[in-house]
Amino acid sequence: MASTIRVRATSSGETTEVQALIQHPMDSGFIKDAKGEIIPAHFIQQLTFEYDGKNVFTADWGGGVSKDPYVKFAFKGGKKGDELKVSWVDNKGATDTTTAKIQ
Amino acid sequence: MTDVGFSATRRLILQGAGAVALLGLGNLPFGLTPALAAANDKYPEEAFKAKSEADAIKALYGKTAEPSDKVKMDAPEIAENGAVVPISVTTTLADVTSISFLVSENPVALVASYKIPAGTLPNVANRIKMARTSNVIVVVEAGGKLYSANKEVKVTVGGCGG
Repeated sequence: MASTIRVRATSSGETTEVQALIQHPMDSGFIKDAKGEIIPAHFIQQLTFEYDGKNVFTADWGGGVSKDPYVKFAFKGGKKGDELKVSWVDNKGATDTTTAKIQ
Repeated sequence: MTDVGFSATRRLILQGAGAVALLGLGNLPFGLTPALAAANDKYPEEAFKAKSEADAIKALYGKTAEPSDKVKMDAPEIAENGAVVPISVTTTLADVTSISFLVSENPVALVASYKIPAGTLPNVANRIKMARTSNVIVVVEAGGKLYSANKEVKVTVGGCGG
């Protein structure tokens, strides 16, 4: 199965800029469908980025994050060719994880 | 701070579970959950239930924020589509440990909270939903104190309506 996570990590030498785009409905639990029934909450709760065995960024998300969420951050260090591990877990306990090479 | 003992116990249990998962169940999808939880602080469930931004900030940090011009938020004046509002924040404050995004008028005020470990830059961009025209609040935790920035974003089509 293709990963739900797309990551681009680019090193500028001193820092590594990371952009992640994830496929996820991010249903808040407040929206009704066409029949007027509430679409149950279904959203990513935690997204983590690990580099060199260390956590470099953690996102705690609620249902207010847009569908197919996007996030951008940067950390000091990070070498071209090294791996960045990205994982998420949602409120139903589903998870996905991927690793991306720093470019 | 009253649940320190509880958290520590929980963390030990989770670490144990994570270790078991890594040894025996590492290839199963649910093996990941305890490993994640052990590596990080727990998901702030209560803060994501709070209706108002004040309650959410209190649940998340246990203190109040003061406005600071060192917190710079980049948000549109008018968002045509409330379902996708790009917001980013940068700050010149030192020792930033956390950045959170809140929308006053959303059914749940807290949208996202990011943990910034040492070595990670205090700049975050993301896309959020807005039910209607509202104040967007960014809270930055730096050196144990809270600083905030506010901006009203006008929404022409809400992102949380039916």
